[in-house]
Amino acid sequence: MAALASLGESAPAAEAKGPRSMQAGRRRRLNLFRYLVFTVFGLFFILPLLAMVRFSLEGSTLGTWSVAAWKQIASYPGPPPLLSAVEITLELAIISSGVVLVLLVPTMIWIRLRVRWISRAFEFLCLLPLTIPAIVLVVGLAPIYNKIRHYQLSALQLFWAYVILALPYAYRALSAGLTAIDVETLSEAARSLGASWLTVIVRVIAPNMRQAILNALVLTSALVLGEFTIAYLLLYNNMQVNLYYISRTTPNAGVLFAASSAALIFAFGLLLVLSYAGRRRRRGQG
Amino acid sequence: MSKLVAAAKKEGTLNVIALPPTWANYGTIISTFSKMYGIKVNSANPAGTSQDEVNAVKQENGTAAAPDVLDIGMAVALVNTNLFAPYQVSSWSSVPAAQKAPSGVWVQDYGGYMAVGYSSKFGTITSLSQLLGPKFKNAVALNGNPTAANAALNGVMMANLVEGGTADSIAKGVAFFQKLKAAGNFSPVSATGATIKAGTTPVVFNWDYLNLPSYVGVSNWKVFVPPGAALGGYYAQAINKNASHPAAARLWEEFLYSQAATGGQNLWLEGGARPVEQAAMASNGSINSTAAAKLPSVSGTPVFLTQTQATNAATYLSANWAKAIG
Amino acid sequence: MAVASTTETGAPPVRAGRRLRVPAWIGTVPFLGYIGVFLLLPTGIVLYKAFQSSSGGFTLSGLTALGSSAVRGYFIGSFKLCVISSVIGAVLGAILAYAVASGNPDGAVRRLYLAASGVLAQFGGVTLAFAFLATVGPTSGLLLHLSWFYDFPQGIALIYVYFQIPLMVLVFMPAIDGLKVQWREACESLGGSAWQYWRHVGGPLLAPAFLGATLLLFANALSAFATIEAWENQIAYTVPQQISTALSSEVGLNNANEASVLAVGMVIMVVVVMTGYVLLQRRASRWLH
Repeated sequence: MAALASLGESAPAAEAKGPRSMQAGRRRRLNLFRYLVFTVFGLFFILPLLAMVRFSLEGSTLGTWSVAAWKQIASYPGPPPLLSAVEITLELAIISSGVVLVLLVPTMIWIRLRVRWISRAFEFLCLLPLTIPAIVLVVGLAPIYNKIRHYQLSALQLFWAYVILALPYAYRALSAGLTAIDVETLSEAARSLGASWLTVIVRVIAPNMRQAILNALVLTSALVLGEFTIAYLLLYNNMQVNLYYISRTTPNAGVLFAASSAALIFAFGLLLVLSYAGRRRRRGQG
Repeated sequence: MSKLVAAAKKEGTLNVIALPPTWANYGTIISTFSKMYGIKVNSANPAGTSQDEVNAVKQENGTAAAPDVLDIGMAVALVNTNLFAPYQVSSWSSVPAAQKAPSGVWVQDYGGYMAVGYSSKFGTITSLSQLLGPKFKNAVALNGNPTAANAALNGVMMANLVEGGTADSIAKGVAFFQKLKAAGNFSPVSATGATIKAGTTPVVFNWDYLNLPSYVGVSNWKVFVPPGAALGGYYAQAINKNASHPAAARLWEEFLYSQAATGGQNLWLEGGARPVEQAAMASNGSINSTAAAKLPSVSGTPVFLTQTQATNAATYLSANWAKAIG
Repeated sequence: MAVASTTETGAPPVRAGRRLRVPAWIGTVPFLGYIGVFLLLPTGIVLYKAFQSSSGGFTLSGLTALGSSAVRGYFIGSFKLCVISSVIGAVLGAILAYAVASGNPDGAVRRLYLAASGVLAQFGGVTLAFAFLATVGPTSGLLLHLSWFYDFPQGIALIYVYFQIPLMVLVFMPAIDGLKVQWREACESLGGSAWQYWRHVGGPLLAPAFLGATLLLFANALSAFATIEAWENQIAYTVPQQISTALSSEVGLNNANEASVLAVGMVIMVVVVMTGYVLLQRRASRWLH
């Protein structure tokens, strides 16, 4: 359920816009509109989050305050224990993002350069996971995961499925980055200087797609952090599934609120940092 | 028995499933067993239904993660006997004949009566018709979807019996909930310990052992079983035929059916559930009488749904529940 | 954007006498293999199961079950919820996207809102349901107890809107960014008002992208399961909930084949919606990129 557009690929048009090109009166009206919108929407989004944080700070009797729930994130014994589920989810985010990049970036560059005629079919396949809802996919994944379980019991095996879920979003982000650079010229130049295909992909083209790659990474991670259905129906224990168990089996849901608040703050910080890291460049570097 | 203990200790692990810690004292049962025999207990999917347990057995068949033992409702137990291994615990004779399979593929373990738990801010409730009153706006909830969860189906059936219906047709029960919905008193929110504590679902239809104040986390929680509508239900134990820890599984059952003071039967009693060997234990004195005295009083003849009655109820609900309440 | 380069794109460059004999599409095999095993195979399994009876034979009775009134009820419920949440989410999201996009492109506000959207678009499931319970429950200090909230589809639609709006912002923002300021200036220099601009220039340009984004929101809401399951689990209002019931029901209504049949129905619904999305995206990209 994450972004289909990148976070910073719209520089050209936006740069040309600016306060100077608008009349002052219209600018004033626009600013009024913007502040109104930001206030109203800000309130709508903040309210449930504030309620969540407030409940996470509540003591055992209503009206008192305590950070016990936050401390419980590390110590909640379960069954099953929360911390291990959080660790697994974070590791899954890293593994899934890595596999998505390794799978998609070389393939997309290769298709763009050498196998153009496949690109429509490729786009269709990448968007296909959007048409097959997770709860449908998992019915078909169950026998496959039974086979996987014979070799390896760890919940980290979920990455196979998560890569598929992330495909549409990563594809969109990466293709936006790919269309913005002149892949043919770059690869021609590199090849004529004697570079192997691997060097071309890893050391020439990929660095020029840095923003898009970062976006794909972030989108995949956000997806993994929020994924529930597949893990739950495949009987694995990731963070969202664990939070679900906690909600069903204990009256002290404070740790639930604390864990969700922590996850949100973490993801938000990550996204914010990455939006500054992939700083907008002047276009025309091709 | 000592050979069994040795073999189980050698296996060192036991996989259980769908056992929430606050359900009939399972938290204590698991930790007592684990400490007593030094066996690590892996408790998976505490929020699962009985069908989820069977699905896990099938889905994880042949792997080391598959559940070794199951605690399931009768409806699921009876149709899946091909997955179970027969085993007769040492206290086999203390279990009434009607509550076990002759071959030992399943044997009932504990049960309770369907009750209504409510916050004491409503005073004292003595009859279901009070729930239709105006002070119960958005207050009354079941424990799950009656077409999916055993506890919810029995909740509707209990209302059915109160409204004058019989165990053969659940229609009056659905009609009661329809009235509740029309009065604006039905809350569709999932009733969990957290929502009860927050006050979002202050009235819950649930098994009496799940309506303990310790389970719901509020001290001012009261329970009543409607007079003349004592709807009971027992769960059953079964051992996975292809369990990867067969000795541990059997030792677990021995522990659960043991009549010792810290054995499973008395621990279940402390959890507010009625252990299946209760009659035998009462006569040989091994029962924890303090705990037994705390069980909610039940009047009238207890009703236990037969397989046919349960199936008919489920079929009726699948066609009519969503329409009536949605 | 790259101007068409002068090299041909198909023929491999000849280098020092070595000619590649392997066809270029071999490079896509790892990807195709992965997709084959983890996407196409499971889909095939679901389709296969949909036509299986419980004793293992081939049957079409599952499909006729799709026509029963109970099943129709689930699809109607899903449809209602998805339409309401996606339309409201799309309209509100578009307004928010415009407000964000019309500011400083490098500014803090834009970064903050985009980061927040990225996070909140994924915020769902039990955590979102509990956040709302904390907000509207009787013991919250923030809001009064709203009883219309518990009716279907109002309450859960509002909860869905909570993650639909951020998704809309993320999907629709590039389209708004693609509106060249020169078009607005041209309109004004010809004497057009703001209303006329939107009615004749901006609106029609954005319409395909807007509709496409709405369809995407619809598909997103259709697949959502965790949130509504955590919010209320006493009635199966939507198709995913009924799939879950068919898989987990412990009162004898468990039917894995029904689950597969419902899944096929869902897939058909989503395929129709997504085809519309892809077509509209093609239209939109002609003008705005």
